[in-house]
Amino acid sequence: MKRVIFLLGALLFAFGAQAQLTIDITTSGGRQLPIAVMPLAGESTQPQSVSEVVGADLARTGLFRLVNTVGISPVPTEPSEVNFADWTARSAEALVIGRVETQGDRVEVRFRLFDVQKQSQLASYSYLVAPAQLRATAHRIADLIYERLTGDKGVFSTKITYVVKRGSRYELQVADADGFNPQSVLASQEPIMSPAWSPDGSRIAYVSFDQKKPIVVVQNLAQGTTRVVANFRGNNSAPAWSPDGRSLLVALSKDGLTQIYRVPATGGEAQRLTESTGIDTQPAYSPDGQWIAFTSDRGGSPQVYRMPATGGPAQRLTFEGTYNVGPRFSPDGKSIAYVQRDGGRFRIATMELANGQVQILTDGTLDDSPTFAPNGKMILYEAQAGGRGQLAAVSGDGRVRQRLTSAAGDVQDPAWGPMPTN
Amino acid sequence: MKNAALIVLVAAALAGCASKETKTEAQVDDRSVNQPKSNMGQAPVTTPRGSDTVGRGDPLKQGQLAQRSVYFDYDSNSVKDEYRGLVQAHSRYLTADKRDAKIRIEGNCDERGSREYNLALGQRRAEAVKKVMTVLGVSDGRIETTSYGEEKPVAAGHDEQSWSQNRRADIRYSGE
Repeated sequence: MKRVIFLLGALLFAFGAQAQLTIDITTSGGRQLPIAVMPLAGESTQPQSVSEVVGADLARTGLFRLVNTVGISPVPTEPSEVNFADWTARSAEALVIGRVETQGDRVEVRFRLFDVQKQSQLASYSYLVAPAQLRATAHRIADLIYERLTGDKGVFSTKITYVVKRGSRYELQVADADGFNPQSVLASQEPIMSPAWSPDGSRIAYVSFDQKKPIVVVQNLAQGTTRVVANFRGNNSAPAWSPDGRSLLVALSKDGLTQIYRVPATGGEAQRLTESTGIDTQPAYSPDGQWIAFTSDRGGSPQVYRMPATGGPAQRLTFEGTYNVGPRFSPDGKSIAYVQRDGGRFRIATMELANGQVQILTDGTLDDSPTFAPNGKMILYEAQAGGRGQLAAVSGDGRVRQRLTSAAGDVQDPAWGPMPTN
Repeated sequence: MKNAALIVLVAAALAGCASKETKTEAQVDDRSVNQPKSNMGQAPVTTPRGSDTVGRGDPLKQGQLAQRSVYFDYDSNSVKDEYRGLVQAHSRYLTADKRDAKIRIEGNCDERGSREYNLALGQRRAEAVKKVMTVLGVSDGRIETTSYGEEKPVAAGHDEQSWSQNRRADIRYSGE
């Protein structure tokens, strides 16, 4: 079984790109910082344009406006060649220049970021990479620019995972955060649910129905190997990693209705953590590992609760409405995102834990599965549109909205991966 | 309630079943099965069939046993009266005819709501059907309750007509 899945994974990797996600900004509020990203000298002869990727990354956030660079000649590649008056005239506040040069079988990429008003350099980096790494390098450059200009870490080098459903075929795919390079890591004729990244991004836990019932499987992405970590009597679902990556919270119905348990990430005995007469499910660890948030209908309607990770009484967190489920902690641990039903509509909401303040962020009819970007700035979620599952993203303040569309079929159950470790 | 269970027991005994299994389930004053007004009292009185089905094709594909789905109202996991007969027929088959058979009850939900919570709701529906069957004498260990949540709708529409078909629990015999 393990070998079959491995071979399948290898095969799918080999045949590579499926129809990828296209990300469009649907609304963006607030002031956008005007930035000019010059074409990098020499990049036109390379397999991948670096400046296009950098510009697209920045523009997609809704926080930047790309300034027209057409007609600037000669193309500046060194600080001494920059005519700041040109850029002031074009209302640019930031400027990116650089060049790409082949060095043997590698490529050197240099870039510089300027504050136009102060006429000063904010950053300067160079990379020596394989030509195939140009796209990844562009994302790293965009991360640096984003961090310099906003103060927050960029997430352009991260990955996302989601489930694509085409007819009766399900695929678990992993793609770059901009939707490029989608890879199928698993294919099945049975549903796949609730993928969850390990904290180091090396493994994904998910719910498989290959055995005609839900079980929890952990797949090693680099090796393609899989391990069943929860296959108890009844349902096994809702995997959530501990911050140290050593154990998983899961929802099991082995003792009656669904309750929350902890299992080692390598599989083994399940330790029961909740004892209610209702359903307890959708657990999530706080980033510091101190708390577990979860859904429970112990009080009659499904609501979000929180309990100490070491056990102890649970405290109800949500009080507005009769349906608040599926909590996820923000990376700073200060808020949770969850699904709220209002009338017949299911939407993504956030709550600040310090004061209980609730904000409804989305306006869909069947929104589900919120997942925070690792910098906490965006929330990716599943949005049903026209009867089809699609992905969408919204900024934490609700102002910037993106739609991630795919021609491939239903796209559902997204999970945003961690910051890359290197 | 107690009567119904007693009759099942008697029926099982008449059919020549070893009573070991049914006896363990004899205390059936289960409060959670809340619709005693159904035809539960009568149905089990039908003549128990022991071996008379042998040689007439698969009994599971005939009559009431061919019916496998119990449908539910929105946001509900109570087994409606109209499905009592179906559940009784399977319970009878498991206690009288096929005492080594095991079943899985698979709960399902309509598409509304969160996937993972729906998965748990589907399992609660399966549990509700299981509870009726254990009251009727089927031992706990023979019934596994699982769920597909909203993942396997039989009707693909996005209206009540489709949803009502997707809110159900299916009885599946092991090996099927």
